[in-house]
Parts: sequence; structure tokens; C-alpha cells
Amino acid sequence: MAGATKLMNLTLHVWRQKGPSDPGRMVEYKATNVSPDMSLLEMLDVVNDELTEKGEEPIAFEFDCREGICGTCGLVINGRPHGPNKAATTCQVYMRDFTDGDHLYIEPWRAAGFPVLKDCVVDRAAFDRIIQAGGFVSVNTGNAVDGNAIPIPKHQANLAMDAAACIGCGACVAACKNASAMLFVAAKVSHLALLPQGEVERTERVRQMVYQMDAEGFGACTNQAECEAACPKEISIDFIAKMNREFMRSCTLSQKSRGDSGGTG
Amino acid sequence: MSTMTAPRPAARTNVAPLPVSTLAAKYWMAITGLLLVAFVLVHMAGNLLVYRGQDALNGYAKFLKGMGPMLWIARGGLLLVFLVHIGLAFRLSRRNRQARPIGYQVERTLRASLPSKYMLLTGLVILAFVIFHLAHYTLGIVHQVPVKDPQTGGEVMRDMLSLHDQQGRHDVYGMVILAFRQPVISLSYILAQLLLALHLYHGASSMFQSLGLNHSRYNALIQKVGAAVAVIVGVGNVSMPLTIMLGLVGQGYQPL
Repeated sequence: MAGATKLMNLTLHVWRQKGPSDPGRMVEYKATNVSPDMSLLEMLDVVNDELTEKGEEPIAFEFDCREGICGTCGLVINGRPHGPNKAATTCQVYMRDFTDGDHLYIEPWRAAGFPVLKDCVVDRAAFDRIIQAGGFVSVNTGNAVDGNAIPIPKHQANLAMDAAACIGCGACVAACKNASAMLFVAAKVSHLALLPQGEVERTERVRQMVYQMDAEGFGACTNQAECEAACPKEISIDFIAKMNREFMRSCTLSQKSRGDSGGTG
Repeated sequence: MSTMTAPRPAARTNVAPLPVSTLAAKYWMAITGLLLVAFVLVHMAGNLLVYRGQDALNGYAKFLKGMGPMLWIARGGLLLVFLVHIGLAFRLSRRNRQARPIGYQVERTLRASLPSKYMLLTGLVILAFVIFHLAHYTLGIVHQVPVKDPQTGGEVMRDMLSLHDQQGRHDVYGMVILAFRQPVISLSYILAQLLLALHLYHGASSMFQSLGLNHSRYNALIQKVGAAVAVIVGVGNVSMPLTIMLGLVGQGYQPL
């Protein structure tokens, strides 16, 4: 089939923003002679090469693994976070997913909690702070324990793994009408609460993470399941219901007052 | 070993905080929503007595009025539930708008149902309708009704609340029939009830999720609850103004 592929020409409308304080704007670019077998990010690499040759600033966008597992990439393509494919990240979008002559609107994640740093790159440190607030298990260091020392029922392990599949890309926030981070937080809360190692800190974890999520300025959930539809790892909103239960349980059981983030020793 | 010792850095965004956490706010929306759904269903069931005639409806109205202090406790409770539901709705929707200060050039909906996208709008119309409805039937200040004058035999306009039946009871049945014979009144009620049905379509199933009541075995059923409540309330409440406006119900009614 070599040589048989028809090259494509597309019109790109890309969000360009010099820095956090720049208001930003959509800028039109032509992507010519694009191979349908290129990934979207490779197409942008080519456009950036051309921009660099012309002495213009290349389009800033994030990526790392380009294998759909790291959660670094993230573009809203024609109004869809991570583009048109189901259960796929931005780096798994290929030009064959589009048609010759298409217009592609490429925008960054939009949320108060994810300020734009440059062009299509947003600051997702809010997610890191939510994890720091409780998305971990406190263990004493020492020898690694035997992996099978703690028996975990298979269905429990499966459910925990479904939640742990979250790569923290932020597409849930980008897709939500309210820029809510509930699916991300719910996935992390659920994944740890479902396992014996995370059970110990279960009560405080959900409180700390929810309060941090609120402090970061994310919206509230309106149960529209936009996040679930956009999630590249197909995390279910059932986990949001689980977080709702976990938080309710925590509100009645917690020994600590709100805002007390210090350890009890 | 200490637990949860991570520092909590200050927030950097300008998003207004809520009086409670976003999760607790949604619990309250769900709980007050559930109580309001219960009220809407009971209110509708009482109103449907209009089909059983003047005696049934006026008797039910007299029973309610006869509850004395209980009536005022119920009214106060209902008002409180309303205020919490509406107040939190405003705060939540404002926060949700602030959470995305700059929108997308290409807005797209992936899965959200149409009613779910217009909850604030349908809610506001329902609020306006409730105020109108209270002014209409509770205060009787929206319009007067034509009544036969016993002295002259001609028609005179009287306040709706002055109507009484043969047993001297407050004539709720007459108020309903005379008001809904007017197409403008009937059509405004029908429109409001259709919007209420849309509001309930999302709300009556969404409340389960907000309260964490979610199970793969029951999720399909929960989705149907919202649709069922919407259809029941829509059909039941629209039927009354519609049938009366068309003269199918209460055609022979004459006020005393």
C-alpha cells in the first residue's frame, strides 16, 4: 500500500497565548500534505517545524509518552477533550480520524483550576496538590512486603484497578460543563479506599481531598456524565457516587475539624 | 505513624467559596429536591380530586385548612426547603460558571441530557410560576371571576376567594374551573408544568447519584425514576387546565 495514501490538507484554528497574563486568541494555520498515518501531535510537530523555519513561535502543547499512558497530553479538539476517539488520549488521535479539508479547532483545557501557561499548555498542579492532600497511603519504609501477604478479593481488586486506571490527565475537568474535578478525585479516593492498605486513612483522605478540590476552584457535579464520556480510561461516574458515600461517611465519623491538616501522631 | 500530614496550600483562584463543600451542597440539593418532588406529587394527587367533582375537592381543601397549626408548620417547612434549594442552586451555578471563566470556541455536549443543561432556567421559570400560582389561588389577586348576582340576575365580577359551595365551604373547585376556562391562564399553567416535568426528568434521577445511591443493579431503574416522575407530573398537572379549558371537565358548573 506504500505510496497509495492520499495526503490531506487541513485548516487549524489553534489557541495562541504568549503567557498566563496574555488574553490569547485563536490563530489560523494551514497544515498541508499531511499523511493520514501521522498522529495529531506529529502533524503539530510538522506545523511547528514550518513555523520555526519562518521564524515564528511554535505552538506550545504538552506530551510525554505518546502511548496513551502518561496523561501529559491534552487538547480539546473540535470541542472534545482528547479528540474524536473513544477511550483514547490526544496522542492516540490520528489524522485518518479526520477528513481532507477539515477545520480543526484546537484549544487548551478550560478551567479556573487549570490556568493556561502558554498556548495549549495548562498548569495542572492543582491535581498534584489534591494528591498531596490525601491521595496516598502512609507506610513505614523498610523491606518490601510480600505482594501476596494481604489477601484482596478479586472483584475488589478489579474495582480498585478500574479507578486506579486514572492517569490524571484532566479531561474530566475539561469536559465537565462546570469544570468539576469530581471524576479525578473520585477515582483516587475510590482506588485507595477499596484496598486494605488505603482503608486505614480512608476517613480523613476523602475529606482532605475534597476540601483541596474545592479550594482549587473546581466546579460542582451536576451528574451529566460528560466526564465519563471524555475519560480516556473510561472511569465510571459510579466512582463519583462512591466518593459521595465516602465523604458522607467521613462527615459523620471524622474526629478532626475542618481545616485541621496536621497529623495526630 | 502520622496520617494525612500533607500541607494544604492556599487556593489561587477567584472562585467564590460555598457555605459548605461542593459535595455537601449537592447532598442538600438532593434532599431538598426529594422533599419538593414529594410535595409536587402530593399536591398533584390532591388537585386530581377535581375529576371526582366539587364535593371531593372542596372537602379535601376543608380538611387541609382544618389542620390548624400543622398547616402552618407544613407551609413553613416547605418554604424553608424551597429557600435552601433555590439559594444553593444560585450559589452552585455561580460557582460553576466561575470555575470556567473562559469558555471553549467550540462548545460541544458529549452525553449530558437536554433537561440537565437547562436546570437553572427551568428552575427560575418554576419559581416565577410558584409566585404567580400563590398570587392566583392562595391570595386570589390575579383576576376576578364572573358570578350571577342574586338580586339582578346579571353577571358581576367577584374575588375568587369569595366563592362558596352549597355547604358553605370555600369553593376551590369553582376557582379551578372558572380560572382554567380562560385560555391565557390555562396555557401559562400548561407551559409551566411542562418545564417542571423537564426539571424533574433530570432532578428526580440525579438526586440518587448526589447522595451516593448508585449500584449497577439499580442504575437503569434509577434513570427510569426520573423519566417516570416527569411523565406522571407532566401528564397529571397538564391534564387539569387542558381538560377544563376544552370544556371536558366542569362544563356544567355555575358559581353560586
